[in-house]
Amino acid sequence: MTEPKAFDHADVVLCPGGPMLLRGDHLVEDADGVTHRTERPVSAICRCRKSASAPWCDGTHKLLPQKQRP
Amino acid sequence: MRRRSLTLAGWNVRLAVGVPPGHDLDFCSPGGAVLTPKPRGPLSEFVFAVLRADLDSDRATPWPAAEGHADAAITLWTLYELHYRGFDDVDDGLEWHPALLGPRHELEGDLERRLRDRFPGHQILGGFGQDFFAFVADHDGLSLAAHVQRDADRDQVLELLRVRSIYHLKEADPTAWVVPRLPVATKAALVELLYDEYGVGDPNRLHAHLWAQGMTACGLRCDYGAYIDEVPAEVLEQNNAMSLFGLHRRLRGAALGHLAAFEATSSMPSRRMAQGLERLGLPREIVDYYTEHVAADAVHEQLAVRTICGSLLEAEPGLADDVYFGAFTCLDLENRVAGRMLARWGVLDSDEGAVA
Repeated sequence: MTEPKAFDHADVVLCPGGPMLLRGDHLVEDADGVTHRTERPVSAICRCRKSASAPWCDGTHKLLPQKQRP
Repeated sequence: MRRRSLTLAGWNVRLAVGVPPGHDLDFCSPGGAVLTPKPRGPLSEFVFAVLRADLDSDRATPWPAAEGHADAAITLWTLYELHYRGFDDVDDGLEWHPALLGPRHELEGDLERRLRDRFPGHQILGGFGQDFFAFVADHDGLSLAAHVQRDADRDQVLELLRVRSIYHLKEADPTAWVVPRLPVATKAALVELLYDEYGVGDPNRLHAHLWAQGMTACGLRCDYGAYIDEVPAEVLEQNNAMSLFGLHRRLRGAALGHLAAFEATSSMPSRRMAQGLERLGLPREIVDYYTEHVAADAVHEQLAVRTICGSLLEAEPGLADDVYFGAFTCLDLENRVAGRMLARWGVLDSDEGAVA
């Protein structure tokens, strides 16, 4: 019989080439000092700085050349 | 509800006359009963007649052969609907009737074979996440959102909303079937995503409900399946594929691969849709639906690919082919739906999207 294993479950996940995932309720301060309250169970924070919905990710990183992705 | 007896093509049936009382009309049904669709050939004509009756015998005669994909697809779609919200003119007791399950199994087999025949396979080059996003980018096809953003007129957009309503009014539901069939980490990850789809406990934020409000604001009907009779066969197949994957434990990999490809091709197209709808002056509610999906699906694509499919393949690596099969099916069917609509609007010269 195997023991049920414990899982590593991160609150913050850096997605290769993509956004930072943030679990839970947070206040996020953007580059201009403006704060934004998270609105969903998991939020995606833009890391490529090209999002039109900053500070949230809008998938724009996928349009960047591989080398310019975070 | 009154009943009368007759014999229909070898079935002993009792016809139910009228709509049963007390049906749940909470889901945006302004008085209209949800009835079985119009048949599209001899098979659907036969099956819908059987459904509207009350089978009291499992003495089956052979079903007539389907005449073309549309006939088979509307039949399968209607049989699948018995597992979602059913029809006001079909007895709820027929959902698991063995006389329906046998022929349904054959329709599903035909559909799965045709979908698998189109799947070109996949390559393993790096990590799963990177490979999967590259696969989606390589197989992403015609874009209806790009047409809506720049060129579509109001009538085309309203037609597209009617076509999209077949899925969006049950958004996420086909994937919810999969939950009990998953290993621990994948189950937790899928429910994390579904919780957001279903409004985080707030019915006002449930995505299918946001869609229904958008439809109403546009002057369209938002009751379930209201526009089923006008959607092309490709749309029926697109919906049938999701139900097929969702309802069969064997196909759980395909269901989650489909989800991941769907989410990974939603965020930027949703932005284009929102811009197109704004360009045409369509109501705020329907614009908001798409705007919500820009942010939501930027999260969901990461969750679906990395935490949902990623954890599934860690636990069950043998499902990798099915994950990609599901993903390809999502992209391929959307490409064919887009081809059909763009051809109908005269944007494409040839009917590239037609079901082969």
